[in-house]
Amino acid sequence: MEIGEINTSVGVIKKISTTLSLKDKIDGCKVRWGINRFNYTVPTGIYAVGNPGDKAPVLVTADYKLTFDLLRKELSGLDLWILVIDTKGINVWCAAGKGTFGNYELLKVLNKVKLKELISHNTLILPQLGAPGIAAHVIKKAGFQVVYGPVRAEDIREFLGNGMVKTESMKRVRFDFKDRLVLTPMEFIPDLKYAAPFLPLIFIFNLLIISNKTIGEIVILTLINYIPLFIALVAGSVLVPILLPYVPFRAFSLKGLTLGLIWSFAFYKIYSLFLIPDSILVKIAYICYILFISSYSALQFTGSSTYTSLSGTTKETIASIIWGGLLCVVGTLLLISYKLMMG
Amino acid sequence: MKHKYIPNVATLKIDKDKCIGCGMCISVCPHDVFELKDKKAQIKDLDSCMECGACVKNCVVKALNVNKGVG
Repeated sequence: MEIGEINTSVGVIKKISTTLSLKDKIDGCKVRWGINRFNYTVPTGIYAVGNPGDKAPVLVTADYKLTFDLLRKELSGLDLWILVIDTKGINVWCAAGKGTFGNYELLKVLNKVKLKELISHNTLILPQLGAPGIAAHVIKKAGFQVVYGPVRAEDIREFLGNGMVKTESMKRVRFDFKDRLVLTPMEFIPDLKYAAPFLPLIFIFNLLIISNKTIGEIVILTLINYIPLFIALVAGSVLVPILLPYVPFRAFSLKGLTLGLIWSFAFYKIYSLFLIPDSILVKIAYICYILFISSYSALQFTGSSTYTSLSGTTKETIASIIWGGLLCVVGTLLLISYKLMMG
Repeated sequence: MKHKYIPNVATLKIDKDKCIGCGMCISVCPHDVFELKDKKAQIKDLDSCMECGACVKNCVVKALNVNKGVG
């Protein structure tokens, strides 16, 4: 990442590369899967790109290395300063929402690096998505002019080139196929906790209704029985994000429910593939669980989406807890009924 | 494609009397919720508001209010 140092009036400043190494790319993939995700930071402070002088622009960003890498790879051939503020390894937008990409952190690092002595202007270019955490008029009192730049790093070159004017598209947050796709691993993995409890539940159910098999055989049977619920998890946590605009309804839980219902119809026809007992009670119990898992895991994606509001998610979360809870209770009562009927 | 979320729930409010029409809210809004009319900001697309709070935080005269999420 570092390709040298430059001597300035405020001390030695590290110069960074604008190309990502293979290791940067591999590490970036790993954090997308949750590996080392909460320890992936660059030190706060100031960095040089190219050969910046006292008139060079200053870009402000977060200390999450995935963010820092996305930024620096767009800056080849440019001469500028990058100011990294302490966001505890969180990206700009999330940190701004939670307050660490904030006035205090920005002022703190401005003082630390003595920016006023380093540059002869007073303009700081912040990512537009830093705005929920920063008040430009507060930073102005400290003598710096905040300019909110484009949402995406890929637009910075054009933004700087046309006199720091944003086009309409530079201002808009998107949520395209690729944006959503890269998020799916970290949807699927945390959503396992909503699907996992059904595994021991089915195991206990099997223990109660089967008497002529070994424990090992029951474990294998349980895993096969569980496949339809695993598919429901994939539907809610992976397919809903990928197919987001094509799945009907605006509420994410209803999008999940829709895919869950489609899968339920298929499941009702092919349940015997999963060695599930031929009983309407058991089949409907499974469908209850499928609907709960697909809708509740899809609901979680509101947290990663770029357009859902707190008021909207509160509304659908309350509804989901009620309906989801009911589905789980009804499903389990059906399994108990089946056991009681079997004697 | 513009994504749309649950309608009629966003809590964003603007106090027209306080607004000085500086356009800061328009500059920071990621979803094109505001427009400037007669030198005052006004809400043109409330259902696109995700309550991120960028406009509220950067409104120098505190003319905006929203029940803000954590982003």
